[in-house]
Amino acid sequence: MSLILPDPLVRAPAPPADLLVCGAHVLDPRAGLDGPRDVLVRDGEIAEIGAPGTLASPPGAEIVEGEGRHLFPGFVDPHVHLRTPGQEHKEDLETGTRAAAAGGFCQVITMPNTDPVVDSPSVMGALRDAAAHQARIPVGVLGAVTRGLRGEELTEMAALREAGALGFTDDGRPVASAGMLRRALRYQRLVGGVLALHEEDPTLSAGGAMHEGRVSALLGIAGIPSTSESVMIARDAELAGYEGAAVHMQHLSCAASVRAVATAKELGWDVTAEASPHHLCLTEDAVRSLDTSMKMNPPLRTEEDRLALIEGLRSGAIDCVATDHAPHARDEKEVPFEQAPMGTTGLETAFAALHALLVRPGVLGLGLVVERMTCGGARFGLPIPRVAVGEPANLTLIDLEQRWTPGDDGYESRSENCCFAGTELSGRVLLTVAAGSVAYRERSFVLCAAPEPGEEHR
Amino acid sequence: MRHLLSIEQLDRRTIERLCDRAAAFEEVGERDIKKVPALRGRTVLNLFYEASTRTRSSFELAAKRLSADVVNFIASGSSVEKGESLKDTVLTLSAHRPDCIVIRCPWAGAPALLPRWTDAAVVNAGDGKHEHPTQALLDVYTLRRRLGALDGARIWIVGDVMHSRVARSNILAFRAMGAHVTLAGPPTLLPRDVEELGVEIRSDLRDLRRADVVYALRMQRERMTEAHVPSLREYAAVYQIDSRRLGPRQLLMHPGPVNRGVELSGDVVDSPQSLILEQVAAGVVVRMAVLYEVLATARAEDPVTEPQPA
Repeated sequence: MSLILPDPLVRAPAPPADLLVCGAHVLDPRAGLDGPRDVLVRDGEIAEIGAPGTLASPPGAEIVEGEGRHLFPGFVDPHVHLRTPGQEHKEDLETGTRAAAAGGFCQVITMPNTDPVVDSPSVMGALRDAAAHQARIPVGVLGAVTRGLRGEELTEMAALREAGALGFTDDGRPVASAGMLRRALRYQRLVGGVLALHEEDPTLSAGGAMHEGRVSALLGIAGIPSTSESVMIARDAELAGYEGAAVHMQHLSCAASVRAVATAKELGWDVTAEASPHHLCLTEDAVRSLDTSMKMNPPLRTEEDRLALIEGLRSGAIDCVATDHAPHARDEKEVPFEQAPMGTTGLETAFAALHALLVRPGVLGLGLVVERMTCGGARFGLPIPRVAVGEPANLTLIDLEQRWTPGDDGYESRSENCCFAGTELSGRVLLTVAAGSVAYRERSFVLCAAPEPGEEHR
Repeated sequence: MRHLLSIEQLDRRTIERLCDRAAAFEEVGERDIKKVPALRGRTVLNLFYEASTRTRSSFELAAKRLSADVVNFIASGSSVEKGESLKDTVLTLSAHRPDCIVIRCPWAGAPALLPRWTDAAVVNAGDGKHEHPTQALLDVYTLRRRLGALDGARIWIVGDVMHSRVARSNILAFRAMGAHVTLAGPPTLLPRDVEELGVEIRSDLRDLRRADVVYALRMQRERMTEAHVPSLREYAAVYQIDSRRLGPRQLLMHPGPVNRGVELSGDVVDSPQSLILEQVAAGVVVRMAVLYEVLATARAEDPVTEPQPA
């Protein structure tokens, strides 16, 4: 039997863009571009790329002043929670994809731990139908591995694939039983689709609310040891190797996990991994104040762990950046730390945080960050956005010099639980084009007037 | 000092000032009419999310000896069980305009949230496994009365450190006062990396005789069901402070209530080395000093109130 798969991504209809981005510094490591260019988008497609000042604007096209700004391929986030269906008070498809576009993302993959769980073709179908009306940028969906995320019986994975599941995950929870995971890995031979794994041994993390270490000892809060993640990564990488299956390790948080993934890759196992901006930029010290925006799962860990994640991103042990954008309503987070739900938003701040806290200080190269922020969908079968003639326009224009403080002007997301709130970042997204359509414009960003019909620019 | 949220926020001078004021209040308890008008007309609200007869009545007695009005709000069985959030409970109670809220709750850091929602002074009477600052202050007070100063004193805290807010506050307070602190207990009940607090760690009591003060923690029965230790019998065999382990010159402390026959043997509880009842008595004067500090002195010293975020 061969499955008939629908389009992997869905979004609301939007008019194709016609615009000329003049003189921006175009950086696309995969296309070998790193310098000022004019980029012409016609009918949603990249039509021409030329030296600055060489391209003329056809009638009706908007002219975007790019000088002093950077134009990147649109970012791709393989791990977000758009909270639909059932938790629209936290986020919905419109607000979530608006937040994504505001962060420079042109594709996101949303997780199935909603209410109800995306564990049946009917829920999958309804969600994709809703996205086809509400999503500003293309959205992909992962289906659940087990019914209700209970870890007891497999979902109808073939039917879910045909309904649109790019892959499978029980994210939010681990597949605790090795036997159950093994069955899913074997079944993958029939249905395809990478299994994305939230790695946590619940018997080790039980009751924990933050990283187990110096800060949890001082605060008297039950800790989540880093081993609760790394032992499961080691276990599941081994299972994937044994079954010849493809797995993707979600939100790595500690040095031991990076080591386990690197080892799996050396052995030739089909294992990939992601890390989040908050784990790359923050440590357990941020939790000292018991700010509930700093409560996430996996938790912020030690400086040594953070440095290992950065090194993993550099070496390729970690394949991509994923935000794990996890919005929660204000009243859910405005409670004592131990009672608060886990998660931070991340879509709007991902690039600016990595730029301000890692690129500017010289820890990571800009090209590497762009590369790792654009390749996250490839693992789930999505094409990587490229700045190249003939490609659909997936672009984001960013002013790297512009400093801003998350929260000062509110958020596009419905929720405000942002771990970078109040921290000055640099790199403001001015314009995002996703799948050929303008998905976001920064409010203060003034476009040049379009030339009158019949009149050519320059 | 506007609020007492933790020992971590206090320096040695502040701890000493509070102890000195507590000493000055001793005399009130010896009068026929045990009352001074220091806080007359002020309202102290005890907001207790956990059962606690001792701490609550100690705060109540302290407030009443200073002539404050006291309202007890016992949160179990009230609106809280109907799903009211801490924020809404505090907003509601603040509408009664209390001058001070004394809060005991099972959540670390919760008292520090209250100033967002109330103008009242906030006193932490125990938050989760985080801190119990008035307990630490009364323990320092008790030891100062006995030893004069804590500088160089060797204090062993024995038992379930992991689940003990008393241990955490006392480590900070004893160290601030110049004492050397050693923690001893089952390795399963000592938090990882706790030595970062500047304490020594032991998993047995072999060197207990080196201590000047032995501070035993309460061993809670529910820790058995969580399998942190195999049995109370085994715990007692290894960690019980009894007359065999406790030397004649060592002082014994315990935050109460005591499990006789578990963490302490009956004879040491009743021995003259035991400061346990002195600790209880100190609780009232120390809490008087704390209430006086946050209600009678804070506003004069610190007239600028911080802007309250909505």
